[in-house]
Amino acid sequence: MATTTPVGTLYRGGEGMWTWVLHRVTGVAVFFFLFVHVLDTALVRVSPEAYDLVIATYKTPIVNLLEVGLVGAVLYHALNGLRVILVDFWSKGPRYQRQMTWTIAAIWLLVMVPGTYFMMIHTVEALFGSTP
Amino acid sequence: MSAPSIDAPRSPQGGRRTSQRSNFELYSWLFMRISGLVLVFLVLGHLFIMNILDGGVQRINFAFVAGRWASPFWQSWDLLMLWLAMLHGTNGMRTIINDYAERDQTRFWLKMLLYVSAAFIILLGTLVIFTFDPNIG
Repeated sequence: MATTTPVGTLYRGGEGMWTWVLHRVTGVAVFFFLFVHVLDTALVRVSPEAYDLVIATYKTPIVNLLEVGLVGAVLYHALNGLRVILVDFWSKGPRYQRQMTWTIAAIWLLVMVPGTYFMMIHTVEALFGSTP
Repeated sequence: MSAPSIDAPRSPQGGRRTSQRSNFELYSWLFMRISGLVLVFLVLGHLFIMNILDGGVQRINFAFVAGRWASPFWQSWDLLMLWLAMLHGTNGMRTIINDYAERDQTRFWLKMLLYVSAAFIILLGTLVIFTFDPNIG
């Protein structure tokens, strides 16, 4: 194992720090969305029209793109959370934490590429496609 | 010629007795891992069904919600997801406030705001799931 010397910062840097930063950022973002999402769903108690009107914004191109970001944030938070659990509870977790980081990055990409396709297909067709 | 006496590491200092300390932070740490594990399935399943499967978000409307909440299975899924996600998120936000808000007053009021708004959202969401009426229109 290579030893690194911290220079001018409290943190060691590297993958460990950045996965931690991303975990916080995605966690906060998802938490704020959760507030909005419970409020918009609560409109089913007002009227079907009110609910459908607000849900229609979820189907617009820009919000559709934001949904891809939301899914990406949740997926990262979930995968990195599993990695944190393995680091904490698996005896070999700390030794393999770096390999696990690259593993979750690969899984994230493998899921997000087709995921983005299926989430955006309607929007892309509506914007650029020729409707048969 | 006597050596200076140094307290044993982690010996109780001042008025801070070990008997007065609670295990709250330990349980909070454990809760994050257990709820996180359950949420991986609940939330990723929810996102897959709502955003990807069968046309994704384009097919969602009041009738779609009514169809799902006719089933106790999806009602329970959503209720458990709501509670676990809100408690998991609120506890995460509590950690972040404790980390970055340096003044005692700021920390206290930010956490009060967090707890009150989180309680409101949890109760509102629970009420909506239990009192949903498909014939409201």
